[in-house]
Amino acid sequence: MSMFKKTNEEFVHEVELLSGQNLFSCYQCGKCSAGCAFANFMDMLPHQVIRFLQLKKVEPVIDANTYWYCAACLTCTTRCPKSVDLASIMEALRNIMIRENRPYIQVFSLPVEIIEGFPQQAAVSALRKLSG
Amino acid sequence: MKLLYYPGCTLHTVAVQFDQSTKEICKQLDIELIEISDFTCCGGLYPQTTENLMQLQAPARILVQAQRTDPNLELMTLCTFCYNTLKRTHYTLKKDEQKRNILNDYLEEPYNAKVKIVHLIEVFRDDIGYDTIRKKSKRSLLKGFRVAPYYGCLLLRPMNEIELDDQEQPSILEDLLYAIGCDVIEFPYRFDCCGSFHVVNKPEIAEQCSKELLRYTEQFHANCLVTCCPLCYYNISRFGGTDFNFQIFYITQLVGLALGIEPIKLGLDPEIINKFISDSYLV
Repeated sequence: MSMFKKTNEEFVHEVELLSGQNLFSCYQCGKCSAGCAFANFMDMLPHQVIRFLQLKKVEPVIDANTYWYCAACLTCTTRCPKSVDLASIMEALRNIMIRENRPYIQVFSLPVEIIEGFPQQAAVSALRKLSG
Repeated sequence: MKLLYYPGCTLHTVAVQFDQSTKEICKQLDIELIEISDFTCCGGLYPQTTENLMQLQAPARILVQAQRTDPNLELMTLCTFCYNTLKRTHYTLKKDEQKRNILNDYLEEPYNAKVKIVHLIEVFRDDIGYDTIRKKSKRSLLKGFRVAPYYGCLLLRPMNEIELDDQEQPSILEDLLYAIGCDVIEFPYRFDCCGSFHVVNKPEIAEQCSKELLRYTEQFHANCLVTCCPLCYYNISRFGGTDFNFQIFYITQLVGLALGIEPIKLGLDPEIINKFISDSYLV
């Protein structure tokens, strides 16, 4: 991975550290993907993200849009039989990308007139989750 | 009874009818609302990573503000985003003393982790009681309202931190709706996401989620949807548009109607309500 200074092992370790989750708790039942409201928009299903991270294959994960499409609705976290907080793992991935200065949206790219009509919490949450 | 009231960012701007209807029903039920002064945004969604101290500052500041206004009163919020964020922040700071100590250095006053955060529907259930509400409401008025209760994602999750009701089999909204005399639909899609904040940069996602939700509502023969969340309300009413024959209400608007408050005071169009009421004779 050329763009990061981190090795794959360091990246996965950071995900575990930030999310506070043990990735190997997951036994790939796929319940998270089955219940995900946004699964049909994602390049990679949520349980596959964990599988790739378990195998220390980082590149396909960061190239996928899965973690940016997670809306932190906690459906997966609620239903996980192994109590893996997948939403936190997605948040950890977002945080790492934002810290590497690779946010999903730029604040200034959003037209002002679009933001004005929204309930404020939509704009605040979107900017917090997607641009840091 | 007295409650501290935190309206958050939307209640005075985008969701005025939610605020208005709450104030009306609180007047009827002898609840005095004391709005906390000088409040800020709670930060929207709770930061879920372990290194989240910086993003916890805004909600912690609100909790301190509540503690300073009156330490003995409960803090009531309506918006599910605020409710979720404040409650989870409180939980984190209560459990994690190290985090609390670091954060206290940045606050005007140390947070003692004793503020109790409640939602209005929690007040209805625990303090006022459904029996009182049932006695006070004109139940025949809401006969034509075949309501699908819609919890959304943030009101109940995660259960161990929010402790409002069961996260997969809740009954808090249903019980309240029964008490005021609505026709409650057993709605299996009550937790499905409305698309949330994706409406900002990918409106097509929110559109698909909201439309799907309304299709289900139609399938279950509900003619209105009830929510507590200003963002769900916005997404669903924006994308539902003219395609669906439905109405979306805030829970407080229906409670207000049942208590006999005029629709206009609840931010509702009297014509729509009359249509619902005349429909009830067809049922």
